[in-house]
Amino acid sequence: MPHLLSITDDEVEILINDVLDQYGYDFTGYSRASLKRRLVRIYALDKHVSFAEYRYKVINDPIYFKRFVEQITVNVTEMFRDPSFYKALRYKVLPNLGTYPFIRIWLAGCSTGEEAFSMAIVLKELGLLHKSLIYATDINPVVLEKAAEGMFPLSQMKQYSENYIASGGPKDFSSYYSANYAMAKFDPELRKKMIFSTHNLVSDHSFNEFQLILCRNVLIYFDRDLQFKVLQLFDNSLESLGYLALGTKETTDFSPISKNYKRLESEKIWRKTS
Amino acid sequence: MENKTALIIGGSAGSLDVLIRVLPDIDINIQFPIVIVVHRKQGTDSILSDLLATKTTLRVKELEEKETILDGCIYVVPSDYHLLIEKDYTFSLDYSEKVNYSRPSIDVTFQSAADIYKDRLVCLLLSGSNADGVNGLIMVKKMGGKAWVQDPESAQVSYMPAQAILKANIDKVLKIEEMAGYINALTSY
Repeated sequence: MPHLLSITDDEVEILINDVLDQYGYDFTGYSRASLKRRLVRIYALDKHVSFAEYRYKVINDPIYFKRFVEQITVNVTEMFRDPSFYKALRYKVLPNLGTYPFIRIWLAGCSTGEEAFSMAIVLKELGLLHKSLIYATDINPVVLEKAAEGMFPLSQMKQYSENYIASGGPKDFSSYYSANYAMAKFDPELRKKMIFSTHNLVSDHSFNEFQLILCRNVLIYFDRDLQFKVLQLFDNSLESLGYLALGTKETTDFSPISKNYKRLESEKIWRKTS
Repeated sequence: MENKTALIIGGSAGSLDVLIRVLPDIDINIQFPIVIVVHRKQGTDSILSDLLATKTTLRVKELEEKETILDGCIYVVPSDYHLLIEKDYTFSLDYSEKVNYSRPSIDVTFQSAADIYKDRLVCLLLSGSNADGVNGLIMVKKMGGKAWVQDPESAQVSYMPAQAILKANIDKVLKIEEMAGYINALTSY
């Protein structure tokens, strides 16, 4: 069993510095409890024999480092996760954005793409997909490759279908995919309006103006200072009257941008007022 | 850094009744936080903390991420997130893979708390039907903290506390009616 004693707090800091120096990935603003747990997990999964050997491998093996980044970040996601959130998107947010000639959406921390495909399905059903563009970004190139394939485990489809129905989805969910061995291959039509790209919320800048930004369950892994910095980045990237959506346990409260945002009742969706 | 004390209570099937019976007898003046990690369905958070709040005059709330942990407060972990404790005594939430088919996982929180509170930590494992929490108790003991379990005889589902007794070096096996007394005595611990 991996346990938290296999790496010390000092060693965590050493690794964070190594990774910054060697590769330019800045994890200094990550919550230490989660980060340490992830580092210990990789240590055990990859059967490292000592911290020195672990550190050497991370510093000197760029291919291993790719895996390291993939494993250090949390890539757990679902389609139509939190159905009430998607219900609010379907009935409140997207109909408003539908009055625009063109809709630009940023999914920050899109992981393996389940949210991007969920979003595309709702847009399609509202007749808005043709004039929308979904920019789906993640720090981790490995998950983006998976996301772009639009294939998700068939074993998940029962759950996703239930989520979809609970979110107000009117159709037969299975009409959106075809079974391909153990995978569900989603309608390539949905994929056409997606752009996948790496983007590091810690170090990269704003790259466009959006009417809707989704970043759900990413900020929980950051400390308060980094959360505020990233919220500022979102603020810089959001048009006036645009929407910002966060995870069910995340908030703009306490941050410097909060005064310019008004929350939609009950969901973690804020509208930029100025 | 000053040494803080904390009590973490973990439970699964059959643990809610225990909490409802124990909370009313917990001293209003306790000088440590109580964190409750129970397995349950998604989206029932406020129901649980509201229900527990009716059983005590201590403050009961569903905890929020990066919130500072206060003595004398009872915190309930939200459903579908793991709870971790930071060195500055704040909470972090984590949506990583389930552990023991569970999120929140009791093991995850017991282990994280043991890493922070070390010998000032008490973890109490209640009724339940899987072994989540057992590995956590083993780490708590390794760090010098105390491991308590509900007497399996008194548990609606005895598997979880029984596994803990089998695998970890348990300090106390408590009947439901003994729990509040031991918890109240922790103030001077």
